[in-house]
Amino acid sequence: MTWSRSLAAGLLLAFFLLGSVRSAVAIPAFARKYGLPCSACHEGWPKLNSFGQTFKDNGYQLMNDRDAPIYQNASYWPVAMRITPHWHYESVGNTTVDTAGGGTTEQTIKTSGFDLTGIDILTAGTLAKNISFLLVPSIDPGDGTVGFESANVRFSNILGSPWLNFKFGKFELDGPLSEKRMMTFSNVGGAYALYHFAPVGDVNDFSFGENQIGVELMGHSLNDHTRYAASVVSSTNGGLGLPGGRSYDGYLHLSQGFLVPHLGLQRIGAYGFVGLRPTFFLTSNGEDIAGTGRGNRSFYRAGVYGSLYLGRFDLAAVFQRAGDNVYLGNALSTNDILPVGAHGPIWNTATFEAHYTYSPQLIVIGRYELVRMSQQALDTNPSDLGNLDVFTIGYRYYPFMHSRAGLAWHQEFATLKSRLTSDTGQDQRSSSYFMGFDFAF
Amino acid sequence: MRTTHRRILLSTILTAALGTTAMAQNAGISSGYPVPKNGFTAQEQKGHGLYRRYCIGCHGPQGDGNGENAPYIDPKPRDFTIATFKCRSTLTGSLPLDTDLIHTLVRGVLASNMPSWRPLSDEDRADLVAYIKTFSPRWKKEQPGPPLQVPAEPEVTADRITAGQQLFQKMECWKCHGTEGRGDGPSAATLTDSKDRPIVPYDFTSGHRFKCGETDQDLYKIFMTGLDGTPMPSFADNLTPDQAWDLVFYLRTLQPGKTKERAIAKQLGLKPINPTGTTPQP
Repeated sequence: MTWSRSLAAGLLLAFFLLGSVRSAVAIPAFARKYGLPCSACHEGWPKLNSFGQTFKDNGYQLMNDRDAPIYQNASYWPVAMRITPHWHYESVGNTTVDTAGGGTTEQTIKTSGFDLTGIDILTAGTLAKNISFLLVPSIDPGDGTVGFESANVRFSNILGSPWLNFKFGKFELDGPLSEKRMMTFSNVGGAYALYHFAPVGDVNDFSFGENQIGVELMGHSLNDHTRYAASVVSSTNGGLGLPGGRSYDGYLHLSQGFLVPHLGLQRIGAYGFVGLRPTFFLTSNGEDIAGTGRGNRSFYRAGVYGSLYLGRFDLAAVFQRAGDNVYLGNALSTNDILPVGAHGPIWNTATFEAHYTYSPQLIVIGRYELVRMSQQALDTNPSDLGNLDVFTIGYRYYPFMHSRAGLAWHQEFATLKSRLTSDTGQDQRSSSYFMGFDFAF
Repeated sequence: MRTTHRRILLSTILTAALGTTAMAQNAGISSGYPVPKNGFTAQEQKGHGLYRRYCIGCHGPQGDGNGENAPYIDPKPRDFTIATFKCRSTLTGSLPLDTDLIHTLVRGVLASNMPSWRPLSDEDRADLVAYIKTFSPRWKKEQPGPPLQVPAEPEVTADRITAGQQLFQKMECWKCHGTEGRGDGPSAATLTDSKDRPIVPYDFTSGHRFKCGETDQDLYKIFMTGLDGTPMPSFADNLTPDQAWDLVFYLRTLQPGKTKERAIAKQLGLKPINPTGTTPQP
């Protein structure tokens, strides 16, 4: 059991680290192009409002005759940058540490200090009317390595219809909550549990929050109230160089918005993702050969959600059911014999995210996420092994609001409790406190 | 465990306290921006917040069209303090109806930076219009003019198109819009708006949309009400409704695409007008 708990601890650590490499899309290059303040497209950046969502769904176009780059001043360059220098405090409970006598013990690891998030270079815009692009090289502040978080080209309004838009490349799945526009950054609160949770012992690397590589067909009504998105992506979780198998995953998202007088735009939707992951690889001298994944087994994520506006207050609630094949859930090859009592793990998540937009310059954030295992990978596992509760609160204050650049004072606290996941089977409590200046220009 | 709980409590309190401080800094202001004047209605107050969120960058905090982006925009943003609006269903010189302003918000303005604000709710647009009307005292002193009555559109015929072309010449539309409607008439280069800023006439060959709409009814309204603040006058006193429809049908022949009007013009072998009577140079 210790190995699986170590794996769980590793996944938990990866989950935390995702917060520190967060990359969000809030692009002053668009504001400069169109002369609109950040607040025109964002409730508080990076969170989109309905106008911003429509702009995005139109392929980064306002659908006027200033969309094509030929109408821009020749010196205009569609580039923006974003980074968040910050101070944070981290506490990770019941972490296994070595003792002087050669044994191990568990203790809470605490640390704090000044830090940086990744540096996002956000380049996006139109290549021509109805042809747009997004390219986001992201620089790791630690080792300076550059990764491509997004790189895609989109053909919008094909045949003159907003119902036909085609995207090709690496992009964020059109999910119910955008992790790239997340309003929280801390190690604990900077990633959605519903997108990243993995049961104890599970080796499925799919992460909904990571950008995927493939194609997307997306469409919407003129007022953007009715939307659909269908994607086919390589089964590589966005990894470059075809590292996994040769299969493809599929995703479908449907939603409908309703304008309620005096309250705002309400939206309900449903989505589902089905995919395959290899359970073993061909090897050479004992080493896996990239791209030769075999023994594919399936997994799914399916959910419903509602996004409700009550004037300045909004609440998004997402309920998701997820399941992995028994071989993925038990880290076994399909050539292996399943142990007695092995099952495909199934879990349910609920996410409640609320915002109070006091003004375009001040937005308060609160979120509660819970994950409950419905079926463990092994009968011998405690029924609540891996259950998760995450609570996050924070606010962002924007001292000014114009169309050239953005600055936010960001403060946040997040705490997480995972059931029985320490190496000795104890609960683990982890907390993050984060404050810093988030700026984009 | 008790220590952990204490830290959580402390962090929560600290976050909440600083958040409250930021909120207090914003206290007494509307939607995060200073209230410029008192006495707003609830609708105007809401419109004020929306204006600050969406419109201020171009139209400016005082609504005079001098927003931070105004120097970089051509044509310049509308100056709400003089309450002169191009797109109206009311007669020239009069204030527009609220629905006219709302239609402009929904539609956006062609050949300008003004986008369509269709994603906003009807309520938001009505609030914005209410606030925009606080910028000029005209709205307190005057009432919007009566709306122009647009008669039912007649059937397009060859005779009507030919009559429309004659009106195009007689009314001297060609002086600004050019003999082929390309916006290159002999007066085009000299045109200025009411603020003495250069302005270009509409090029009919550029597409199907106009500044103030895209339907035949919109086109009818444009030259019967005029575009206030621009050299485009109202022809309400010069054209009968029947003649106005004739002109609409002819103007449609100048636009690209497959339309009934263009098909008829092709059958007629309609040539561009030649008002000066000179022979075109090869």
